Amino acid sequence: MLRLELQGISKQYPAVRANDGVNLQVAPGQIHAVLGENGAGKSTLMKIIYGAVRPDEGTVRWNGQPVQIANPQQARALGISMVFQHFSLFDTLTAAENVWLGLDKGPTLAEVTERIRSVSHDYGLDVDPLRPVHTLSVGERQRVEIVRALLTKPQLLILDEPTSVLTPQAVEKLFVTLRQLAAEGCSILYISHKLDEIRSLCHHCTVLRGGRVTGEVDPTAETNASLSRLMIGSAPPELAHRPARPGALALAVRGLSLAKQSPFGTTLADVALQVRAGEILGIAGVSGNGQQELMAALSGEDRRAPEGSIRLFDADIAALSPRHRRHLGLHFVPEERLGRGAVPVMSLAQNTLLTRTEAVGPLGWIDQRTVRALAERLIGAYNVKAGGPDAPARSLSGGNLQKFIVGREIDAKPKLLIVSQPTWGVDVGAAAQIRGALLQLRDAGCAVLVVSEELEELFEISDRLQVIAGGRLSPPVAVAEASVPMIGEWMSGLWPGRSAQATMQEARHAAA
Amino acid sequence: MLRLEARPAPSRLFAWASPVISLVITVLVAAGLFAALGKPPGQSLAVFLVEPFNGLRALTELGLKATPLILCSLGLALCFRSNVWNIGAEGQFLLGGIVAGGVALWITEQEIAIGPWAFVPLAVAAGALGGAAWAAVVALLRDRFNANEILVSLMLVYVANLLLSWLVFGPWKDPQGFNFPQSVSFADGTAMPRMLTGLRLHWGFVIALVAAVLMWLFMARIHLGWQMQVGGLAPAAARYAGFSTRRALWTALLTSGALAGVAGAFEVTGPMGQLTPHVSNNYGFTAIIVAFVGRLHPLGCVAGSLLLSTFLIGGELAQSRIGLPAALSGVFQGVLLFSLLACDTLIHYRLRWASGASRAAGVAA
Repeated sequence: MLRLELQGISKQYPAVRANDGVNLQVAPGQIHAVLGENGAGKSTLMKIIYGAVRPDEGTVRWNGQPVQIANPQQARALGISMVFQHFSLFDTLTAAENVWLGLDKGPTLAEVTERIRSVSHDYGLDVDPLRPVHTLSVGERQRVEIVRALLTKPQLLILDEPTSVLTPQAVEKLFVTLRQLAAEGCSILYISHKLDEIRSLCHHCTVLRGGRVTGEVDPTAETNASLSRLMIGSAPPELAHRPARPGALALAVRGLSLAKQSPFGTTLADVALQVRAGEILGIAGVSGNGQQELMAALSGEDRRAPEGSIRLFDADIAALSPRHRRHLGLHFVPEERLGRGAVPVMSLAQNTLLTRTEAVGPLGWIDQRTVRALAERLIGAYNVKAGGPDAPARSLSGGNLQKFIVGREIDAKPKLLIVSQPTWGVDVGAAAQIRGALLQLRDAGCAVLVVSEELEELFEISDRLQVIAGGRLSPPVAVAEASVPMIGEWMSGLWPGRSAQATMQEARHAAA
Repeated sequence: MLRLEARPAPSRLFAWASPVISLVITVLVAAGLFAALGKPPGQSLAVFLVEPFNGLRALTELGLKATPLILCSLGLALCFRSNVWNIGAEGQFLLGGIVAGGVALWITEQEIAIGPWAFVPLAVAAGALGGAAWAAVVALLRDRFNANEILVSLMLVYVANLLLSWLVFGPWKDPQGFNFPQSVSFADGTAMPRMLTGLRLHWGFVIALVAAVLMWLFMARIHLGWQMQVGGLAPAAARYAGFSTRRALWTALLTSGALAGVAGAFEVTGPMGQLTPHVSNNYGFTAIIVAFVGRLHPLGCVAGSLLLSTFLIGGELAQSRIGLPAALSGVFQGVLLFSLLACDTLIHYRLRWASGASRAAGVAA
């Protein structure tokens, strides 16, 4: 008997058909991958299973019985648990208090604490129930979420992109736990777009594209190329990565220390890095380890950097505004596209004015024709699917808007381009195109600094790597000499030359 | 339970139609109110909405009332678009009136010979200075101490009112005025030149229309104006682009203060011709409604000003012709703003009657 069976599930939203006749069969104890690009309908499907969204058509069978799951409480009562991509934990409460709040009916806090201890012991999920959540690393927070899910003794556990916030080592630990769960008979629905993980973990894989099922495969028998063909309809083009020819020193950061501005921010401690013209420096790290703070200091959004700590072609730019830095050739692509890289309600043409001033004449007069021509050129050159230069930024998909923003900055012919999370939430085709554009820019002699949480991406395009952990930056290493396990270890703050004690403390915080 | 659900794409048509719809709602509410007060709704509505357009005199009075509303609402539209919540245009209006009135008073007392056209630039400068100075207090406190500009600008209205009262009850009181709280009447040379002989409409109306066109150009075609709107729409994007929020704050407040001040100067040297404790007809507050009815668009502000001055005049007429209470026009202003905000909400959201189940779903999603 199947644990879960979906037949002909359809869900129409006003603008898009998110699911179109989807069938899905999950056996007990099976780790079942749901693979698809952003917008393929994975999240909607999971919300239907979890009772958060009602399908327009189709039937759901649970252990052979047709059910109508009206809401998440009912789903949990049936034995379905879900760990969301974005955690829903209160920072100021302890792990146990958070779990306790999330339970439907009431054991006492002491009982919950005890059960957390036993569950985390049984499954190797190292969680201290008495620590406040804001002191936990992202990996630890995820474990709290998983423990919370496990306390309800689920028969089906849904995990939405669980590894996007983990170091490679932490991913391995998670997989051990998941395999143990599956061996005990709990079914797992594993949502991801990471092909390697699916191939190493999952027994079965349902591929979604545009709301429809495009493949039902055994992932262990597939290759990355064949899976991605099912996912996007074609294999992503291979990148031609030629060796770099580094030139003059473009960006030199030394002794950059910055106190955190919010209680849950990260303090930057003595950060040092160098980027030369014609090379790509990649910065790896688990999110929330100081990437945002470092980017704000480099872009000029945060101007508290000590004098002389940031130099661009030997000019001290630590106190300059973002506009001034752009005049000197430093352009920046932020990770938030809507609201930071672009104004959502303004047209693409208007959005070019954020960082481009070609169209601004004397007295600040904006020449509308130049603005539109620039937007049109970017749309054409970077293959942006949009309704034209007058389309509002928010009407574009994530990938197309990112192509537009990256194009806007590359087209400005920067001397140094800093890109944060270049392909976050971007579909595979657009991601390949953006990476290709960055490599091309490097070959044209531009210095490029890329911050990313996707190790695969960094290994693909970087010439050298540095790792950020707990607000500190590791020494650089050439990509040729680096390996994924080594960088993974560094992501926990354990790189050579750190004092053992400091490392121990931060490792607890940053790692796993 | 009722629940608001975001619409996938707000309709552009209805974004522009919503002022019209809210006007219709206001008219319906008005008709209901008239009926409840025992007055014939049709005839009362005609007094309110048709009479103000009846004849040249009525039309010029409409323009006269619209002039301060246009000037004040233009500045407020710029502020609101820049995410600067200046609701103290009333105070800036009064200060403009006080400074321009002071200049006129001085010219009158010194018996300086000056023609009306030579005085207009002086009045504009004096009014702009007074209003901008009053708004600068708001900008300074916000910039320096992060004081809430809504509170500061509102409180300064009362200060401005008391300052005006002190002046006309004290040092500026007309010695031959039988102890009435008012200044002497200004000399003829310091009156705003009128557009038509015998009618009160003055050239300030044309200046206000020119200001509207300039403001429209500033918002739509000038980089600084565009930058200020980015700051209002997406502060993080403005920070990313390196647009100065301080410059936006000061520009928005000084501009809107100056415009409100000019409106005050025109009022004092135009229809009034002297200073009294009641310089303003609540123009600064009414302009807030105008700015929103006009969709924060300078040309919309002109249309909104004409509409609201219709209400003001209609209210006065309704009082004298059919004996309706004076507060009625304030009630209609309120109903108009309220239904406009409701329409705007319904453009972005739709109402759903949610059962318990989907309510929980909304929370979980």
